[in-house]
Amino acid sequence: MFCVSGINTAPPEAGPGGVNEAHQPEIRDRIVKTIYREAEAIAARVVRQTGPHRDWEHKVDDILTSRLLGFPVMFLLLGLVFWITLVGASYPSQLLAKALFWGEERLSEIFVWLDAPSWLHGLVVTGVYRTAAWVVSVMLPPMAIFFPIFALLEDLGYLPRVAFNIDPLFKMAGTQGKQALTMSMGFGCNAAGVMACRIIESPRERLIAILTNNFVPCNGRFPTLIALASIFVGPAAAPGFSSLAASFTVAGLILAGILITLLTSWLLSRTILKGVPTTFTLELPPLRLPQVGRVLVRSVQDRTLFVLARAVTVAAPAGALIWVLANISFEGQSLLARGAGLLEPFGQALGLDGFILLAFILGLPANEIVLPILLMGYLSAGTMVEVDSLTVLQNILVHERGWTWLTALCTMLFSLLHFPCGTTLFTIQRETKSLKWMFWAAAIPLAVACLVCFAVAQTVRALGLV
Amino acid sequence: MKVLPLSELPTGQWGRVVSLKARGMARCRLLDLGLVPDTPVQAVRRSPLGDPTAYRIRGALIALRREEAGQVLVTPFMILPAR
Repeated sequence: MFCVSGINTAPPEAGPGGVNEAHQPEIRDRIVKTIYREAEAIAARVVRQTGPHRDWEHKVDDILTSRLLGFPVMFLLLGLVFWITLVGASYPSQLLAKALFWGEERLSEIFVWLDAPSWLHGLVVTGVYRTAAWVVSVMLPPMAIFFPIFALLEDLGYLPRVAFNIDPLFKMAGTQGKQALTMSMGFGCNAAGVMACRIIESPRERLIAILTNNFVPCNGRFPTLIALASIFVGPAAAPGFSSLAASFTVAGLILAGILITLLTSWLLSRTILKGVPTTFTLELPPLRLPQVGRVLVRSVQDRTLFVLARAVTVAAPAGALIWVLANISFEGQSLLARGAGLLEPFGQALGLDGFILLAFILGLPANEIVLPILLMGYLSAGTMVEVDSLTVLQNILVHERGWTWLTALCTMLFSLLHFPCGTTLFTIQRETKSLKWMFWAAAIPLAVACLVCFAVAQTVRALGLV
Repeated sequence: MKVLPLSELPTGQWGRVVSLKARGMARCRLLDLGLVPDTPVQAVRRSPLGDPTAYRIRGALIALRREEAGQVLVTPFMILPAR
């Protein structure tokens, strides 16, 4: 009981009946002191210290949290992780796409051989199979690289150092550095990030961390960001530097996400979640060399395959639905095109177009399927059949649909900032036990995304930059 | 014997806990960390922006903000480098 059993079970300020308020702290102190004395005595008997503190650990920590290098190292590591992911994923991605689209052709042949009706072929092959294949080929390689690298950084003990470095910024925003840890979880999956917010004791700060978690792009959105950065930033950079430029663009977007997290947290703690920052106690665990083998196996098993399975189970039925929307016509126009037409003016104001906005809305079940939906929407009007490489994607976006760098930028920003996916919203409802907070968790990011995209698009257009 | 708040302890320096100013929950939290009187504490490093500071407490490295560390009164002492 009392203090050592944990803060949540600590007795209320007034203290249990009978114990005088003035004496209570003294009693507690004595209890805790006795417990620690006992623990020390036991530890002295049974624990053997294995040598002095390792020197390298101290030196590495000196760099990681240095006044001069702490922040640059953070940014460089982030950029490096994306660079490795980007470079490492591009070739396997193409290979996987080739294999899966080869499978699509064989599947089509079977349908022809069976003399199946064309709508069935469209629904199953063009809808379900192609969307799932797209999701797998675009998502699997980056995830299989990004997650293990991130897990290695985690295992090294670097993430608490990040929280340690940026706590003052969160303190200014009225929250605390542990939010940096829940944000790191969000890189994998925002639903996991929201659950991780349990580590924050103060209910107010926990709620802020939950409401702003989607400002870190989850791995369902990474492929979108990475693909668009490779298409639009890569070629603009000096030859040989294209993947480097693309990865630092993604890293820059993440910095923008962190900035928006801080601003939104600041705004929230001054409006609907008023309060002063409470306390921050964080253990910095000893740095240790990561157990590479175990980390690799666990991150592929627990994260990569898990997230991929979820994405495919969502993408397959969504693919069917989108195919239906793209192929049922009403007054000579597909439902998808009609919906996009309705959204066109809003999309234009935000630097996007109707199809992009519609893809984000229909992509609510899972962010992974936003790009496939968008392509299906675009293709339902055009003639393209296969999208098995980024060059083809570039052709569709730039030459057929007239994307500029502003369209790409606004799409990336909207993807970064918009409402979280359905799974995350359900998790928020479960964690906060309130529909109200679930609503805010969708409304606040949506408002932020619209505001930022609108401001960027109007500024760029007013300056005549596109 | 010089007594100062833990937050004022220069990095690298050791101090011994004299008493806690905090009351209620805040006191509980500090006690939970093992900051009971007579415990040796070392200020190890400061965050790049000057706050929080990491302290070596009973073998663990724990980051505390200035506000919390200021609630702990310590008296500095010298420690021989080799053990």
